[in-house]
Amino acid sequence: MNEQPKVTNTLEADTAAGAALAASAATLSRRKFRHLKDKIAGVSIAIGGLGVIAAVLLIFLYLVYEVMPLFRSAVIQEVSEFRIDSPHSDAVLHLALEERLEVAMRLGADGEAMYFDTANGDVISRIPLAIPAGSSISSFALDTDVSGIFALGLSDGHVLIAQYAYDISFGQNNARQVTPVIRYPFGEDTYELYDNEPVSKLSVRSSESELMLAGTNRAGEVSLLRAQRETSLLSAFNAPSDSDWETELTTLTGVLPPVDQLYLDVDRRWLFAIGTSGRLSLVDVRPAFSGGVAVIENEVALVEPNRRITEVSFLLGGISLLVGDSTGIVSQWFLVRRDGEFDIEKVREFDAGSNVVAMSPEQRRKNFITANDQGYLGIFNTTAHREVAYKKLLDAAPKSLAMSARGDGVLFEHGDGEFSFWSVVNRHPEVSWEALWEEVWYENYQEPQYTWQSSAANNDFEPKYSLAPLAFGTLKAAFYAMLLAAPLAVCGAIFTGYFMAGKMRRNVKPLIELMEALPTVVLGFLAGLWLAPFLENNLLGIFSLLVVTPLSILLAAFVWTRLPEAVRFNVPDGWEAALLIPIIVIMGYLSFVIAGPIEMVFFGGDMRSYITNDLGITYDQRNAMVVGFAMGFAVIPTIFSIAEDAVFTVPKQLTYGSLALGATPWQTLRRVVLPTASPGIFSALMIGMGRAVGETMIVLMATGNTPIMDINIFEGMRTLAANIAVEVPESEVDSTHYRILFLAALVLFMFTFVVNTLAEIIRQRLRRKYSTI
Amino acid sequence: MSTFKKFFDSGTPWIWINAGAVAISVIMTVGLLLLLAYNGLSHFWPKDIMFASYAQPVSEGEPLRREVMGERVEREHVSAERIISSGIPVSASTPLYERELIKIGNRDLNGSDFTWVLTDYLSAISYPKNLTTFERREWGNFYGYVQEVKEAGASVALSDPSNSNDSRAWEALQQRIERALSIHDQIDALEEDEIGEVNYALERLRLQRRGLELRGTDTPERIAEIDAEEARWEASYEVLQARLAVLYDEIDRDTVVMSAMNDEVTEINVSEIVRAFQPNGMHIGNKLVVYAQKLWEFLSDDPREANTEGGIFPAIFGTVTMVLLMSVFVTPFGVVAAVYLREYARQGFITRTIRIAVNNLAGVPSIVYGVFGLGFFIYFLGSEVDQAFYPEALPAPTFGTPGMLWASLTLALLTVPVVIVSTEEGLARIPRSLREGSLALGATKFETLWRVVLPMASPAMMTGLILAVARAAGEVAPLMLVGVVKLAPALPVNGNYPYFHLDQKFMHLGFHIYDVGFQSPNVEAARPLVFATALLLVVVIALLNQLAVSIRNRLREKYKSLDM
Repeated sequence: MNEQPKVTNTLEADTAAGAALAASAATLSRRKFRHLKDKIAGVSIAIGGLGVIAAVLLIFLYLVYEVMPLFRSAVIQEVSEFRIDSPHSDAVLHLALEERLEVAMRLGADGEAMYFDTANGDVISRIPLAIPAGSSISSFALDTDVSGIFALGLSDGHVLIAQYAYDISFGQNNARQVTPVIRYPFGEDTYELYDNEPVSKLSVRSSESELMLAGTNRAGEVSLLRAQRETSLLSAFNAPSDSDWETELTTLTGVLPPVDQLYLDVDRRWLFAIGTSGRLSLVDVRPAFSGGVAVIENEVALVEPNRRITEVSFLLGGISLLVGDSTGIVSQWFLVRRDGEFDIEKVREFDAGSNVVAMSPEQRRKNFITANDQGYLGIFNTTAHREVAYKKLLDAAPKSLAMSARGDGVLFEHGDGEFSFWSVVNRHPEVSWEALWEEVWYENYQEPQYTWQSSAANNDFEPKYSLAPLAFGTLKAAFYAMLLAAPLAVCGAIFTGYFMAGKMRRNVKPLIELMEALPTVVLGFLAGLWLAPFLENNLLGIFSLLVVTPLSILLAAFVWTRLPEAVRFNVPDGWEAALLIPIIVIMGYLSFVIAGPIEMVFFGGDMRSYITNDLGITYDQRNAMVVGFAMGFAVIPTIFSIAEDAVFTVPKQLTYGSLALGATPWQTLRRVVLPTASPGIFSALMIGMGRAVGETMIVLMATGNTPIMDINIFEGMRTLAANIAVEVPESEVDSTHYRILFLAALVLFMFTFVVNTLAEIIRQRLRRKYSTI
Repeated sequence: MSTFKKFFDSGTPWIWINAGAVAISVIMTVGLLLLLAYNGLSHFWPKDIMFASYAQPVSEGEPLRREVMGERVEREHVSAERIISSGIPVSASTPLYERELIKIGNRDLNGSDFTWVLTDYLSAISYPKNLTTFERREWGNFYGYVQEVKEAGASVALSDPSNSNDSRAWEALQQRIERALSIHDQIDALEEDEIGEVNYALERLRLQRRGLELRGTDTPERIAEIDAEEARWEASYEVLQARLAVLYDEIDRDTVVMSAMNDEVTEINVSEIVRAFQPNGMHIGNKLVVYAQKLWEFLSDDPREANTEGGIFPAIFGTVTMVLLMSVFVTPFGVVAAVYLREYARQGFITRTIRIAVNNLAGVPSIVYGVFGLGFFIYFLGSEVDQAFYPEALPAPTFGTPGMLWASLTLALLTVPVVIVSTEEGLARIPRSLREGSLALGATKFETLWRVVLPMASPAMMTGLILAVARAAGEVAPLMLVGVVKLAPALPVNGNYPYFHLDQKFMHLGFHIYDVGFQSPNVEAARPLVFATALLLVVVIALLNQLAVSIRNRLREKYKSLDM
């Protein structure tokens, strides 16, 4: 566009001439105004045009912007540092942070729960625990931080159960007031585990109605205690009191070698007993309470011989056991049930730097934090096998650490009564390349799997964010659609573009292009509610259709060439397709008719049940075949239209030259037209593929939307697009789930954009090539 | 043998195979349209009601006899094995049995609308002239004989069901239905318009009060003003309520006693009946009248029974409003972008790249636009708008939730490539000589554009717009995220100030198909209606496309002569 300089020149010349002719000032100012208007219009059109293009670019940028936080590491910042002088507390048993991070609790070895402000270390209250006179604390065990229930093993062989909690009240102006309390949900009385012998190690698990304790004495002999709420008629009406608990004590002496550490699982069925050499015995304790003897189900070495176990902890949900050792390796273990037997499997390992001195699980997600003897903090996610943070926070090893319920704060105790409190921003630890695209071994699974399961009813659910089954489903749907669409559309395009008579072409092309405008929701509805049951009832008919149709076309062609010329010359060239329509309709109908008797004879009258019962293939009513038909239908016009263009625009002099040299039409097509048009046909296929990949409504309505990885044509799938449509409205804004769905959208966007761009470049090249011929 | 070889060598079979592919595509397209048309249009036809006796064989003793009364919906062949395994002991020597699906209606009595019967065991099939179909507001259709009409509990007219010429009760019923329908209309008008207005006004007053509080300008005078106005509206609400109570008493006056199959007798409130007819006694003209009525109801009425019956007017209205709003956004922007690309930008690598990118955006899956719309427009822009302009309504979002405005913006973004491509094509077709002529006469570039180029390109813009509208009308996936709902309480344009409610959610034809076809509890009963909706959508979109194509062709013809 080089009119611009010309215009200005003319204008200038004009202006000069006007001046010479002493044009009125009005004309001059009018010209100026026109000129200005032109300038303004030019600028605003440029701004508008670029703006629209920028808006379009914004889609891409916004998707990236939403996805980016997924891959960010955790940010840890110091909030406060303080020192609390405590006259009589030496060792720390447990540290805990309140949900809103305002208050922390420290349980000292002297049996005092101290609550303090995390901002400045001001002590809010000190509550001594109800430890009987004359005894001291010899061991400590926490049930979970979520419940706050813990057990204290005493020097006289008794155990005290208590719970730390907060009473939250809203005073004037809705100010939140937190009052720390200590409760005794299982009574203030102690439970006797040993006869006047200190409890040296302890483990506790509880539910509303049951409490289980496991402990060892100095010799490593294990005692088990179970307390159950008595289900008397009275207790239903009265508040629970001490006397409502019925206890049962048993010992595992003789069953187990000396035990160094022990942990009960959340269901109070398994006891994980670790010997001095780091060997774990998995003990089924249920028989011990039903008159039998506890059984060792399995044994395994947790660490290599030259290493020492330093910290053990359960992950959220109480299924996985985390074992930290003296070299800084933390390994995750859980029970896997195979053929009725329970194995303890090491699932994965994390590197926490060096000797793990403290470890704590998060209370809402499958994260845990570690502190090592160098003062490094590590935050890890187990499912994603991801190190979210690893940072030196302290000069030396901390004495204890606590992680807040939401995983947004960490408190350390180190040195002599020194505390440091850090805020953690760690929004999306569950995502890693491994979690999204590789096989992951989830809790309660027998082996690593690709699984998409984004939500569940319970709190300690392990979200499964594998995009692999969704990507697989997307490609599977596209594959079956292309299986139908590619041959039909390309062959149809070749015939229409090269052989078909002009008059017929002018009618056929718009008709097939009308298919493109059909809303996919209509196709999906027909596929799901009409085609799926139809296919189920007429499976054999469909299969015979696939055989009968091409055969009958060939037969028709053969018969046609045998007919007398008088008949043949009545129909001009290029009308073959019209002749075939009635033949195909009739033969198609016949193939459904003959399918009935054939089905009777060979498949017991019902092919559908034959497939399920005799062949053992799963058959869903809404399956890949239905999607193949429906989406194939949607893709045919896209491919057809572009491929037909490519064939039709092959320069006529090429084909005429070939025909003039004596080649038959078919030879001309194969040797001249197809090679020239093949890039165009290829780009048509790619664009069709792009459309099949992104199609939402058809797959949403015509499949069962189960995210499985199976190529079976009789089973459904869930595609990326359908998954987004189903889950985005329900996902919480800015949650990991939400951002992963954005990631899925970005993947779709990138895929189709790249495929379409390639196709477009090929097409443009082709067009330039034609124009030079 | 040589004949075959020659036949294959000639290449003829391959040509025919290719021809077959076209033929199959054509058959599929036409077949699909016919399938839609047949199923969609036959839904409104008042079908005859069969009355028959059915003796289902049982393993021991006498067969189970019962009456069957209803519309014959479809029939199919099933193998004896399958029937036996479903618990009906038929003779295995006949391999195939015909079975029929009968719509027996009367869901309140039977539990389900449909039943399968084996045709062989049907006997005494008749079509009594006095069998009556009721379309009801709840519980679906009712089939039965009109026995007695009562007014306030007292009998008004009696008929003998076994005498098909006894139409006394039927005649008495007719006017009462008319009366109930007209009262129902009054109730509707009262509830939706007048009481709706009161509620809307009260809600606005509440927001005003909250707004004053937030801004700290809640002076006692202003509060008193609001209080007074509230009291005024409350008073008019009381009046309306009283009127409503009277109407409700009125509408419940008449009842009709019906005898259904197997001699069950039930009493139905006349206010429950939407339409009543005796199809067996009707001749074709009468049936056509009912057909037209039902078709009109479908197009102009609100849905009933969780969208499975009644009309789809709100969905049509929602679709049209959304598409119009989208056109308002998409046309100027699309045209400006195209003009910039074709007339102002320097042609080169960058314009070529932009052109390819714009072209490809048309191929990006629509769900991606939906996700973008949800994230950017609703959660990002929408919540900003709420904080800035509607703080008094928070925490209830006004624009921070899916709605009409965001849906049309999202679709505008989705369809802007269509408009750009089409407009550019139109601009490219305008001969250079015309532009140069205009410039040579002293017009500025903008004047040339405004007076010469754009008017000539306007058909191309129209084409682009129509294609965009056709695409937008059929899109569902993005709308599911940014604004459609299965049932919208009010139309997005109504009599309450400010009349256009851009923040409201709306109903949409495409989503209606998805929702009713896949999410409704009674899919079998809803299916015909979904077919009709699908047909309507396809017809609208096909017409829009045809319009676009013919405009494009006219345009091409027009400028052919100018091309040199």
